[in-house]
Amino acid sequence: MPAAAIPVIEFRDVAYRVAETQVLSGFNLQIQSGETLVLLGRSGSGKTTSLKLVNRLLSPTSGEIRVKGVSNTEGDVIRLRRGIGYVIQDVGLFPHFTVERNIGLVPKIEGWTADRIRARVLELLQTVGLGADIATRYPHQLSGGQRQRVGVARALAADPEILLMDEPFGALDPLTRDELQLEFLSLQQRLHKTVVFVTHDLREALRLGSRIALMEAGRLVTALEPREFLRSEDPLASAYVRALGAGLELADHNLADRDSADRGGS
Amino acid sequence: MNVFRFMLQNRGQVLDLTLEHLRLVGFSTLFAMLIGIPLGIAIAHWPRFNRPVLASANIIQTIPSLALFGFLLPLPWLGERADRLAILALTLYALLPIIRNTYTGIRGVDPAVVEAGRGMGLTESQLLFQVELPLAVSVILSGVRVAVVISVGLATIAAAIGAGGLGEFIFRGLAMVDDRVILAGAIPAAILALLADFSVGWLERRLQPR
Repeated sequence: MPAAAIPVIEFRDVAYRVAETQVLSGFNLQIQSGETLVLLGRSGSGKTTSLKLVNRLLSPTSGEIRVKGVSNTEGDVIRLRRGIGYVIQDVGLFPHFTVERNIGLVPKIEGWTADRIRARVLELLQTVGLGADIATRYPHQLSGGQRQRVGVARALAADPEILLMDEPFGALDPLTRDELQLEFLSLQQRLHKTVVFVTHDLREALRLGSRIALMEAGRLVTALEPREFLRSEDPLASAYVRALGAGLELADHNLADRDSADRGGS
Repeated sequence: MNVFRFMLQNRGQVLDLTLEHLRLVGFSTLFAMLIGIPLGIAIAHWPRFNRPVLASANIIQTIPSLALFGFLLPLPWLGERADRLAILALTLYALLPIIRNTYTGIRGVDPAVVEAGRGMGLTESQLLFQVELPLAVSVILSGVRVAVVISVGLATIAAAIGAGGLGEFIFRGLAMVDDRVILAGAIPAAILALLADFSVGWLERRLQPR
């Protein structure tokens, strides 16, 4: 990595405390352009907090977050957020807007012409693998997977350089999740956004991340590439890997048991 | 029936009093909305003020209406004209359902929707006018509907302080011990209440977000 490259997002000694609870402490992390950095950890480890510090939905108790080399408290918070796509697990589509208006809201506020918005919406629907016919529907008429695709399209609408994704596929069934993960990969290959992706699922982290930042109790444990992560000696990292492996083994056992039971029974 | 004959014979006055009644209810509801909706929005965003504001509105509701009309009588400017006083009193009564429903409606908006909106860079006022209010509008209107129906009933008492309205007939009928005269005030008031209930209810359903 060239030393001159300014990280797109940088956490500098960030701490976040709410009342008496230390949610985040001594957090240092640099995220480079085009990277998909996965924040992995269990609930309460501070992943979501870190994410919300980037677009200033939360403000750190101490330390600073720099976006493209500038502290994110400098300048207008609204401008900052419009330059950062934000996708959350519950999607949060506006229920009283059609898909088209949902996706086109920020461009509209930014003063784009109706034609340009329309074209952008259609382009984005295609990008996230949806048909143009969906544009006139309302969120309640969509499936969970379609809703999250629209959520991603909406986040991409004003072509932000950075994408923050908070367990975006967490509420989806395994098959839809798999589909969306694959689509995310191909999307990322084309768009090269700088992505911060929160998940508690190691499998998802390994699949999507170019780097995995493991968090525990408000601290960054380690940040490794997926390959390194699998070989890591770090006790917590290896515990995650073991848990993933154990899940597969257990499934194997289970099937083997059932196989032999079937054979015994017949 | 002779009630209707009486109303027909006095149709000019029935109409006048009905219009007067409507004016009292209309202005007071309008003022209550102008005060109550912003207040409801404010306490939905600053929950600290939620208890004191709702408690005050609640206390006002518990004051017997006749007493409230009396209490307000010594007020300068307002006390000079009975209709001003009546509108003020009715406004105060209408506040509670409107504030409470605005508060409930705004608080009821899915937090994920608000978070997504804020995260994508909507300003607080864009969030309010494009997201929160449209999603809360039917709950707010159902508060307005309750307020209007209460006001139509309460406005009959305004006649006691000489503010006019259909209460005139009711009080006159009571004094004359004449059921026809009482009903000539009560029936149009009941019809007004039903109409108001129905029309605001219709609006409420029309504006229901999906």
